Amino acid sequence: MKAEEFTRRQQELSGWPIVVETYRAGDTFYCTVSSEDPGARFARGQGPSRDDAERVALEKAERWLGQTRRFRS
Amino acid sequence: MTTGAATIPDVLVSTDWVAQHLTDTSIRIVEVDVDTAAFDQGHVPNAIAWNWTTELCDTLVRDIIPRDKFEALMAKSGIGNNTTVILYGDNNNWFAAWALWQMKVYGHQDVRIMNGGRKKWLAEGRELATTTTTPAAASYKAHGPDLSIRAFLPEVQDAVKGGKAALVDVRSPAEFTGEILAPPGLPETCQRGGHIPGAKSIPWGKACNEDGTFKSVDDLRALYGGVGVTSDRPVIAYCRIGERSSHTWFVLKHLLGYPDVKNYDGSWTEWGNLVGAPVEKP
Repeated sequence: MKAEEFTRRQQELSGWPIVVETYRAGDTFYCTVSSEDPGARFARGQGPSRDDAERVALEKAERWLGQTRRFRS
Repeated sequence: MTTGAATIPDVLVSTDWVAQHLTDTSIRIVEVDVDTAAFDQGHVPNAIAWNWTTELCDTLVRDIIPRDKFEALMAKSGIGNNTTVILYGDNNNWFAAWALWQMKVYGHQDVRIMNGGRKKWLAEGRELATTTTTPAAASYKAHGPDLSIRAFLPEVQDAVKGGKAALVDVRSPAEFTGEILAPPGLPETCQRGGHIPGAKSIPWGKACNEDGTFKSVDDLRALYGGVGVTSDRPVIAYCRIGERSSHTWFVLKHLLGYPDVKNYDGSWTEWGNLVGAPVEKP
C-alpha cells in the first residue's frame, strides 16, 4: 500500500490560518489539520472519500479552535 | 559552496536512504508522532512506534523517562547499544527530535532523523505498512544522564539575570508575544503569556523547508547567527513543553555543531506557571 493523492492546502478557519493535508491509503482517505503557525497538528479525520475525511477533520478543528483565546495587549 | 543539511549522514538521513534500508537488520526505524494514532494509519514498513505521552515521559512526575524505563524501552524495541536508530514523525519531526534528544541524554551513539519526517514520506507516495512489527528483545545499557544537553530552571534564571547563555524561544510569534497561550487548537497549559526576559524569538519552523526537510547549513547559520545566537556562547532553547525546542536543539547541536546547547524541557509550561517569575511582553 502507498500513500496516494496527497494534497496540501492553506486556508482560514474560525479566523486562524490552517493547513489541511489529505491522502489516500488503500480504500481510506486520511486528513489532518495543523495550525499554519506553529505547525501543530491538532485534528484529523478519515473516511471513504476525500470530502468525508476533510469534513470530519475540519469539524473537529473548528471545535478546538473555538476554545483558543486571543489576548490583545 | 552551500552545504545541505541533508548531507550530514551521521545524524540525518533522507527518505531515499530509509527506503533502501527497510530490511537492514542493523537499523531500527521508529515513528514518534504528536498524534499518537498516526502510526496506525500507515507507516514506514518495519517501523515501530513510541508513544511520547506514555513511553518518553515519566508518567508520575513531570520528567523525561527514567533511566531504567529507557533501558526497558530500548530492549523491547530490539535496540542494542550498537543499533542505528532512525527516528521520524509528524509535525516535521517534533517528537522524533524529542526522542533523539532523550537518546542522547542516555548516551546512545548512533541515532538519526529521517529528513522531512512522516510528511515527506507520505508526499512522495512511498510504501506504507499497517501491520505492526514486534522486534526480538535486545539487551541495553544506558549511560549518563548527560545533563550537559539539558537545562533546568536555575540555569535559565541565571541566564535571565545576565548569565552567559543565550535564550532562544522557538514558539510561534503569537505565543512569544503572549497573544495566545498555546498553539491554536491545543489546550492552554500556562497561566501567563509572553516570554522569558531577554529571549530571542526564532520559531522552530524557520529551520525547515516547505517539504519538512531542514534548510541548508548556510541558511541555518545565517538564521541563528543573524540574531546573535552564535557558537561562541552557551545556548538554551525552550518552547512550550520541550519538544519543539528539542528540534531546535538538534539543529544547533548536530547540524551546526554548536558546542554548548541545552534543551530547557520545562519550557513555558514551567516558566509561565511560576509564581513571581518575570515575564516579558511583547
